[in-house]
Amino acid sequence: MTVLVLLDHEEGQIRQASRSAVQAAATLGTVHALVVGDEAAAGAAAKIAGVEKVLLATDPALAHELAEPVATLLVSLAGDYSHIVAAATATGKNILPRAAALLDVQPIPDVVEIVDADTFVRPIYAGNALATVRSSDGKKVLTVRAANFDPAPADGGTADVATLAPVASPATSQFIAVELSQSERPELDSARVVVSGGRGMQNAENFRLLEPLADRLGAAIGASRAAVDSGFVANELQVGQTGKIVAPELYVALGISGAIQHLAGMKDSKVIVAINKDPEAPIFQVADYGIVGDLFTVLPELESALG
Amino acid sequence: MKILVPVKRVIDYNVKVRVKADGSGVETAGVKMSMNPFDEIAVEEAVRLKEKGAATEIVAVSIGVQQAQDTLRTAMAMGADRAILVLTEESPEPLAVAKILRALVEREQPGIVLLGKQAIDDDMNATGQMLAGLLDRPQGTFASKVEIEGESVRVTREIDGGLETVSLQLPAIITADLRLNEPRYASLPNIMKARKKPLETIAAGDLGVDVAPRLTVVKVAEPPARKAGVMVGSAAELVEKLRSEAKVI
Repeated sequence: MTVLVLLDHEEGQIRQASRSAVQAAATLGTVHALVVGDEAAAGAAAKIAGVEKVLLATDPALAHELAEPVATLLVSLAGDYSHIVAAATATGKNILPRAAALLDVQPIPDVVEIVDADTFVRPIYAGNALATVRSSDGKKVLTVRAANFDPAPADGGTADVATLAPVASPATSQFIAVELSQSERPELDSARVVVSGGRGMQNAENFRLLEPLADRLGAAIGASRAAVDSGFVANELQVGQTGKIVAPELYVALGISGAIQHLAGMKDSKVIVAINKDPEAPIFQVADYGIVGDLFTVLPELESALG
Repeated sequence: MKILVPVKRVIDYNVKVRVKADGSGVETAGVKMSMNPFDEIAVEEAVRLKEKGAATEIVAVSIGVQQAQDTLRTAMAMGADRAILVLTEESPEPLAVAKILRALVEREQPGIVLLGKQAIDDDMNATGQMLAGLLDRPQGTFASKVEIEGESVRVTREIDGGLETVSLQLPAIITADLRLNEPRYASLPNIMKARKKPLETIAAGDLGVDVAPRLTVVKVAEPPARKAGVMVGSAAELVEKLRSEAKVI
């Protein structure tokens, strides 16, 4: 079997989440990678261990990876593949279901485990249950959760890059602008360490107190929905069922009570630390290490203990 | 312009779901059901567009069992003008839902179909994209801002790491993300008024749509529980444990 993996890229690099998708796809068969609109990224894709061939689409209509033309492109390529896979990123989730509909396939989103070529495990109800589903579709279309698959090594592959001919697609959508948050920190969904704050941070100004700790740990900063809804930080920092799903080596939760929907977004982290003044907070039920105390006291102590 | 708003009846987001002992699904008997929260945001946005004069009529649609009428009444109490219930015995998959909605779109000819980005039960995040694909219409998913501009709609989308703005030719499909708005509570007078608004029921079979599932649920299980952790007395002790025991720093 041959599997087509749609890769996310930025600034000429393949995003780590997509390397996890390559790793997942490799368990199903030979991996071909599709890179849309970026020649440098196609070069990076060719080096990923396990990628046998890279397909590069350079049609200007595809430059911004809009769902309409990319889904059309995927459908034009689909005939050669048993599975079409992408990481469960905003891009993958935007494009793959559209392509699936055009192929008359029911997509399987957020796969956390591949049982066999037809059978997949995925979370439902905010991760409060895991459903094992078997697809009867001739072709499978799936997105995979990066946190559940190790990324394929960025080096080691020597794939050829084939440039695709343009595919006609009606231009009913138009890219206007993109506005990325400026940050020197690692990406939230692929960071090795995440430091998250909740309502206990009290306000936007206090929330910035997490920055030195995050800097010290090389961590991404996250937040609970309560902190986002209170206006402390922007929504893209939200960890949880309605935000980002993360699974870092170390997750540090400060002033987060541990609502069900937040736990769904971080409970697969390897080690969880919780600091909260309420000893009854549900976050302690999933934490490996807990400190009951005022976070404004514990935070500076933690920084000095780290040296 | 008419706006079609599909709404789904799901287990209320405050309810802790329980997996059935036989692994066939989750317990729904006697559990509080509500409108999917993302669909509430979609209804709210449609109502705001109508209040601004950008829309003339809002049609709420639900696909499911008879009790989904309650969800449609809620949508009408929030401001939808009328409702359509497509009766099915089970909850169809997004592909089937998209096909049912396509049949309704062909009948109703809305300028915008505004959906929640995902339902909090199956967490598929697929129906809007699939409907857009089936209709060959542009899609603005995960919307945090929607502005009608004549024959097109400008949608600001939540993407990884920031926001993207696209312009879509109408008719278009839009899916609502969390930040789009805060849905209103229906007032008592509006709840009373909603009872008198028209609600049409259609049998799914009458739409001539194949709703056979493509996925078989092999089993539904509880996620593995995390083992109980330990409380530590100080930041220094925590750092020591993270270094020597957990070895993550």
